[in-house]
Amino acid sequence: MDTFISALTIFVLALFVGFEVITKVPPILHTPLMSGSNAISGITIIGSLIAAGAKYTTLASVLGVIAVAFATINVVGGFLVTHRMLEMFQKPKTDRKSEK
Amino acid sequence: MPQAIVNIAYLISATLFIFALKGLSHPRTAVRGNLLGALGMLIAIVVTLMDKAIVSYELIILGLLIGAVVGTISALKVPMTSMPQMVALFNGFGGGASTLVAALAFIEAMELGKVMGTQETVATVASGIIGAVTFWGSLVAFAKLEGLIEERPIRYKGEHFVKVLFLLASIVFGVIFGTEREMNYYWYLTASASVLGVLLTIPIGGADMPVVISLLNSYSGLAACATGFVLNNNVLIISGSLVGASGIILTNLMCKAMNRSLLNVLFGGFGEIVAGADEDKVYGGKIKSATPEEVAMLLENARRVVIVPGYGMAVSQAQFAIRDLMKILESKGIEVEFAIHPVAGRMPGHMNVLLAEANIPYEKLKEMDEINPTFEQTDVSIVIGANDVVNPLARTDSNSPIAGMPILDVDKSKTVVVIKRSLAPGFAGIPNPLFAADNTLMLFGDAKKMVQELINALKES
Repeated sequence: MDTFISALTIFVLALFVGFEVITKVPPILHTPLMSGSNAISGITIIGSLIAAGAKYTTLASVLGVIAVAFATINVVGGFLVTHRMLEMFQKPKTDRKSEK
Repeated sequence: MPQAIVNIAYLISATLFIFALKGLSHPRTAVRGNLLGALGMLIAIVVTLMDKAIVSYELIILGLLIGAVVGTISALKVPMTSMPQMVALFNGFGGGASTLVAALAFIEAMELGKVMGTQETVATVASGIIGAVTFWGSLVAFAKLEGLIEERPIRYKGEHFVKVLFLLASIVFGVIFGTEREMNYYWYLTASASVLGVLLTIPIGGADMPVVISLLNSYSGLAACATGFVLNNNVLIISGSLVGASGIILTNLMCKAMNRSLLNVLFGGFGEIVAGADEDKVYGGKIKSATPEEVAMLLENARRVVIVPGYGMAVSQAQFAIRDLMKILESKGIEVEFAIHPVAGRMPGHMNVLLAEANIPYEKLKEMDEINPTFEQTDVSIVIGANDVVNPLARTDSNSPIAGMPILDVDKSKTVVVIKRSLAPGFAGIPNPLFAADNTLMLFGDAKKMVQELINALKES
């Protein structure tokens, strides 16, 4: 029960931190906010890593690999695509002739 | 490595995630913020890899490799116009991973002869349901945005009943799983939650996508959070709730920007084709069609021009042409700004990303509340591929489906130029009296082509 209460405490406090921090994000950055927070939710990767490496059962190993792959797509893709977008918002930049 | 050190490393990761989100409060600090977030993730991964439960690394490396290659290629290849579906897809993978990790935690407990406590069991069920809904919901959202399946809402008789049925089924399987401790029931519950995810997203149409994507974003966070309760892992709980909060805030903002409740967006039956809307009454004989040359002349004499982009700009990839139009207008001493409606496009901030891609400085991108008071001093407003977000019926007609929705008051500017392919209604399925207003000129055609013709006409003069 104690662990549950402390986990719950952390959950509730983190929600408040989230609300405070994210309400300060301006609308022009809402797309990067989504992709960036998305990448952060890929933190489940740490759960999948142990499962994939522990070799409990064959099923577990297979599921583990899939979970690692899914979470890695989420993490790598998420941070990278966010970076790509945020760079576009940075000044000063040379005029790119980037027609498509 | 002692558990205490691992936990401290996780704490550092969680702190870095908070800094990452804090960095997003300004475009200047955002890149650094994102890098801090990535660093936090790297720390968490490296520390986890040293866990003593890991006996072999082949499978881990395999998974990491597959994920890294797929993630990198898709992130670098995706065009900015397809960002909504990309984000939806990544989101789905996050949710899917959470579901699998919760399953794996249960397998581990069984293998090691441990009995899962109530907290862990309930959290496993939650993770399974939310994760599966996220995964399949995101896949459907992706397919809709990519045009693989019908983007219009797909509705049928008794759909709410069917949804409730599958939700109840998921919960019942969850309860049996909790009492019987039998793996199969976990798969049954994820299966019915998967169907639920599809059913929940299928009836939602294109212009409501910003809400759905935000909501799925928040689900993926909550799924991670639930997994954190399964593993008793604080960094998962913290990150999950940060993302959950972010998604909820965005969902709420999107709903407010359409003056609709979340329930109405999810279950309301918006966006169905309204049969025989009184188009003739609104448009009959009042539409004034203009040529690019006429509009160019108008622009020549303007002092202030506001450009209002909508989803049509994304569809025709007009953002680069619009940038050139802005340049040429500015070279003639005309002030140019952009008016961005919160739900323009298919995800929050969609228009901003496209305009930033075309190198338009972010200071020129104005939010609705900021730009609305300035329309009265605006000589020409150019509406490019937007419809419902500039429909004055939202202010005047309390029976309209968009009644009360905050809109961009372009009709208050001296002249409005609307670039649009036809008079077809927008997502709300209603005619737009703005098109028939005395101060409105219609420029019929593809957004990109018309903007280019405007540029040519401006160059010639």
